Amino acid sequence: MSQSGEKVKFSDSAGYVGFANLPNQVHRKSVKKGFEFTLMVVGESGLGKSTLINSLFLTDLYPERYIPGAAEKIERTVQIEASTVEIEERGVKLRLTVVDTPGYGDAINSQDCFKTIIQYIDNQFERYLHDESGLNRRHIIDNRVHCCFYFISPFGHGLKPLDVEFMKALHGKVNIVPVIAKADTLTLKERERLKRRILDEISEHGIRIYQLPDADSDEDEEFKEQTRVLKASFTPHLLFLLHYIPFAVIGSNQLIEVKGKKIRGRLYPWGVVEVENPEHNDFLKLRTMLVTHMQDLQEVTQDLHYENFRSERLKRTGKPVEEEVVDKDRILQQKEAEVR
Amino acid sequence: AGPVDSKTEAAMSELVPESRQKPVVPMKPMGINANLLGYIGIDTIIEQMRKKTMKTGFDFNIMVVGQSGLGKSTLVNTLFKSQVSRKSSGWNREEKIPKTVEIKAIGHVIEEGGVKMKLTVIDTPGFGDQINNENCWEPIEKYINEQYEKFLKEEVNIARKKRIPDTRVHCCLYFISPTGHSLRPLDLEFMKHLSKVVNIIPVIAKADTMTLEEKTEFKQRVRKELEVNGIEFYPQKEFDEDLEDKTENDKIRQESMPFAVVGSDKEYQVNGKRVLGRKTPWGIIEVENLTHCEFALLRDFVIRTHLQDLKEVTHNIHYETYRAKRLNDNGGLPPMTVETEENHESNL
Repeated sequence: MSQSGEKVKFSDSAGYVGFANLPNQVHRKSVKKGFEFTLMVVGESGLGKSTLINSLFLTDLYPERYIPGAAEKIERTVQIEASTVEIEERGVKLRLTVVDTPGYGDAINSQDCFKTIIQYIDNQFERYLHDESGLNRRHIIDNRVHCCFYFISPFGHGLKPLDVEFMKALHGKVNIVPVIAKADTLTLKERERLKRRILDEISEHGIRIYQLPDADSDEDEEFKEQTRVLKASFTPHLLFLLHYIPFAVIGSNQLIEVKGKKIRGRLYPWGVVEVENPEHNDFLKLRTMLVTHMQDLQEVTQDLHYENFRSERLKRTGKPVEEEVVDKDRILQQKEAEVR
Repeated sequence: AGPVDSKTEAAMSELVPESRQKPVVPMKPMGINANLLGYIGIDTIIEQMRKKTMKTGFDFNIMVVGQSGLGKSTLVNTLFKSQVSRKSSGWNREEKIPKTVEIKAIGHVIEEGGVKMKLTVIDTPGFGDQINNENCWEPIEKYINEQYEKFLKEEVNIARKKRIPDTRVHCCLYFISPTGHSLRPLDLEFMKHLSKVVNIIPVIAKADTMTLEEKTEFKQRVRKELEVNGIEFYPQKEFDEDLEDKTENDKIRQESMPFAVVGSDKEYQVNGKRVLGRKTPWGIIEVENLTHCEFALLRDFVIRTHLQDLKEVTHNIHYETYRAKRLNDNGGLPPMTVETEENHESNL
């Protein structure tokens, strides 16, 4: 008996069991349940992070934004601000949490500016570990950071010392996707040079950024083609390094009329930069990558980063988490209250 | 009156061909005090000064400060239409960002219309590039004061040189990153400390990253922040000499500055002309086009109209302040200090 909406042929031939339908059932259940995804955004202020996030998800996550002046910034430390938005598209629900890190890299002395960020990521792991080890595991909420967009300034000559230190400290805790922001400040040649420079420096410092998985042979053609197109944006040299180019992107929430159509872009006296034009920047590639790899990003977070954290934690305490739960609970609640 | 004008004008045109840019020494129009009974020839002193300037040439020392990659070297090269500054993007991989702020002074002699300029560009690699940038302005302040000290020592010498070599910093271009938000804490700290010892001209670097509205808003916000924090950039209000200066400078201070600039050393063909610019897939940004960016305003300001004033304010105000302080510290006596070391490359 076929269920409504299913495109599966049930054959009555002998030998057919019917579990080929399983992927569809999983699919249906996931769609009903909805997806959760947490994206962290890190970079100095003024690199266009908020604009890019709004462009990516076609929403306004920061409606009443207050931008502090330099004198205020002198006093500020790094904050963690999480905003959650529910996005629905063709029946698929996504609960997206964007974790912003205002204050990062702003101070004159930025020595400790990523301590707060590391603490936040560890806290989410800690909480998950606690929930996982608990008695009632039906409704574990996954607030772990699945992906971190790290914004690199297009004005420099490559990575800054702070960029290197941050990525070295975080590459074992979260999937890092480096992004070159405000890419319309660069000519094409400058862009290529900068990307190459950044990749060289990443490799030189042994930084592990998120890598595209090789499309498995049994993935559908569309997925394979997308991965191939993404990889084609690499030069042979970089493909050989199996590294991920930092995507050079532009964001905008303004609509401009170009050739009779309204498109998102930036209007300059010398021309219009189109956000969704692949010849102008890598925005579409970044969005495609994020959307087609949400699942993989979650898996790598679970199988690699979380497992690392878990084994370190358990090794350190020498005893299973449950015994510690009683003491840690209150401490965790305190930390969460602070972070909020 | 008729014959007087044409005579001097003919003399002028011999020295400065029409097609060149206006001379650096500003000329007052003839006929201001025309009720003399006859022609004396006092006005020819302007001629004599100009001839002298052309013979001796003059020094100009410009310092550039800002984070690595903001286009400082490109801008200076564009300003003086020559390769007077070595671009750091031309560094090979071994030359990394220096761990402390370095001061690198390179001199060039450039000539235009018979006028010789000994231009020294003082670069400050390493400024603002570290994770901890506390007090990174100190080496810069130290360098500036050292030049004042050198000049002072020459001045108080018994056997003085006829023309004291002037290594004092006449102008400091401070490069603001075009975030579109506000100044950064480091910008404030630097300008607070250094606006007291040197002429600071803030510029917004790589301005092709902002649309017209973003540029206007950002400039307004930066001006406000500078005002609120009591930072007096050049041209300083208190040094306006007369009403004419004040009106001119007010307009510059309140509307034009900080200049939002773009630099380039590449030429492209636009509408049949060769122009300096940046070529992108969505258009060519013309550096000297005022609808694209304010580079031409900066150039005219620093080179064509206020160059002499920059030197004068440095000499009459900043240097004198330093001198007065030194004499005071020394109990009113001229100083007798030990030679200080500095690295000074000369490309003469």
